[in-house]
Amino acid sequence: MSAATPQAVITTRALTKEYRRQEYHVYALRDASIDINAGEFVALMGPSGSGKSTLLHLIAAMDRPTGGEILVLGHDLRAMSESEVARWRNAHIGFIFQSFNLIPVLTALENVELPLKLTRLSRRERLDHARRALELVGLGDRLGHTPRQMSGGQEQRVAIARALVTDPDLILADEPTGNLDANSAKDVLSLLTRLNEEFGKTVVMVTHDPHAARTASHVRYLEKGRLLPNGEVPEDWAPIHA
Amino acid sequence: MLAIPISYNLRNLTARKTTTAMTALGIALTVAVLLSVSALVQGLRTSLAASGNPLQVLVLRKGGTAELNSVITRTAYQDILARPGIAHDEAGRPMASLEVVTVIVLESKENPSGININLRGLTPMGFRLRDEVKLTAGRMFRPGHREIVAGRSLVSRYGVHLGQKLRFGRGEWEVTGIMDGGRTSANSEVFADLNQLAADQNRSTALSSVLLRAESRDGVQTLINDLETDRRLNVDAMTEPAYYAQQTSSAMPIQALGTFVALIMSIGSSFAAMNTMYAAVARRSSEIGTLRVLGFSRRSILLAFLLESTLLSLIGGFLGCLLVLPLNGLETGVGSFVTFSELTFSFHITPQVMLTGVLFALVMGVLGGILPAASAARKQILSALKSA
Repeated sequence: MSAATPQAVITTRALTKEYRRQEYHVYALRDASIDINAGEFVALMGPSGSGKSTLLHLIAAMDRPTGGEILVLGHDLRAMSESEVARWRNAHIGFIFQSFNLIPVLTALENVELPLKLTRLSRRERLDHARRALELVGLGDRLGHTPRQMSGGQEQRVAIARALVTDPDLILADEPTGNLDANSAKDVLSLLTRLNEEFGKTVVMVTHDPHAARTASHVRYLEKGRLLPNGEVPEDWAPIHA
Repeated sequence: MLAIPISYNLRNLTARKTTTAMTALGIALTVAVLLSVSALVQGLRTSLAASGNPLQVLVLRKGGTAELNSVITRTAYQDILARPGIAHDEAGRPMASLEVVTVIVLESKENPSGININLRGLTPMGFRLRDEVKLTAGRMFRPGHREIVAGRSLVSRYGVHLGQKLRFGRGEWEVTGIMDGGRTSANSEVFADLNQLAADQNRSTALSSVLLRAESRDGVQTLINDLETDRRLNVDAMTEPAYYAQQTSSAMPIQALGTFVALIMSIGSSFAAMNTMYAAVARRSSEIGTLRVLGFSRRSILLAFLLESTLLSLIGGFLGCLLVLPLNGLETGVGSFVTFSELTFSFHITPQVMLTGVLFALVMGVLGGILPAASAARKQILSALKSA
């Protein structure tokens, strides 16, 4: 009897991102091989410059690898054109930034509606979806507020609503609690956990914060551009038990 | 279809009010210069176009480009009258007017050295052939007297008034009437009795032109051909509107200069719009990166910034239209290189002129916005996000 094989939504093999500056070669990421299965909540940790954000950007197709293979949700990202990648990202990826990256001149509702502008939904449907996403993150009463009228925690919750409004398969978060106070960080992490556990979303989160990493079901470490084997931690780092 | 909502562009424009206002004002001034020139040319065209009755034919000496340098003798006039196709009035008189045209210098406070004015000697039939011309004050000049009727522009611009005595030729001429020429060039002319003026100018036999009314519209061209093919007459004939249309060349130097100034200014305004948009692209680099991450294509980014530049220029365009509106109807005059006299007319701001201004602003917006928009679209996602 064998258990059903978990479905890998992210598979990388010897994934490499190399920058060349004249005669210097700098590896932001070198030979990273990882499998992340559907429904997992994975935290990527490591010191600054370890390559964790680079790995996240490659998974989101925000950057192109210089070597290796990458398969995300069954798509070979290297084989896709730029416009195909843009459409794919809109349909399948929800991205959360450290600095929230909301559009300052748009209201919370408009910010959340924005990714839906690329879908075939009617305006009414778009607004309905955006409203429900904001209610889900507890901001149903802040629809008409602009980012300037909200706290950092609220802004990040709007950003989470924007990331989930298209019902993506994969949520990628780059230091989502990095600019937040402890209480707001806790709220954001609870939301990510809820999205993973209640809605079955696969979440990959880059973080420096051990407390944040503890909310993940798996933690993987990177050091000097290399993904450490499962269970290994960088020197001088205490292992996190998720 | 634009993926990025237009409200994004509009709010970004209102978010940086000062920059938007300054750039739009620059564009508005450029548009205002162009529109002023266009309104001036349009006013002149309207005035000259209205001056001609398509049923009427103007006869000049062969090769004569204007009434001023044309000579028609009384003998030739009698021959012309004998032509078929000329309309007759209820009394059976041919509707034809032998006229003499000369130029007098009229002094004014604005122009102490004087300005050239067309002085036209004509008969009552000549007055009748000008349907739009109406006597609004005083009375008509009397044959055989040194009396004149002045166009209303001469009253408003040069203070000509009833009873005033103007000195030219061999003596003083009294202003006995003021006429309203409607939109025609008669507003900037002075009318006098043909024979009195011809005698005064020593041109009793060598007059200037003949104005004829054809019996019918279909007969106009036949009449022209008939006159021009008669070698004895040695004349050129053309419809009255065609003659006045030729005179729009008077405005060409102004139009050329104005257009040149507007073009130079438009280059400056395009650069101002470009500068504003480059600053916007630099300031909103992170937003561009974010939009790309959300799935918006490079094309969407390009269109969004191009649209913003266009909106900015349209604000300037509409503002420019508003700036020139007070000019509408304002009376002015240009010296004609054809008649060597001043032709007065009003600035005429038509919807077409306004549309020209808005389109001109649009072109400035597109030219100023295309490079910054392209640079926004070219940005790599990560470098756009990092340059925040």
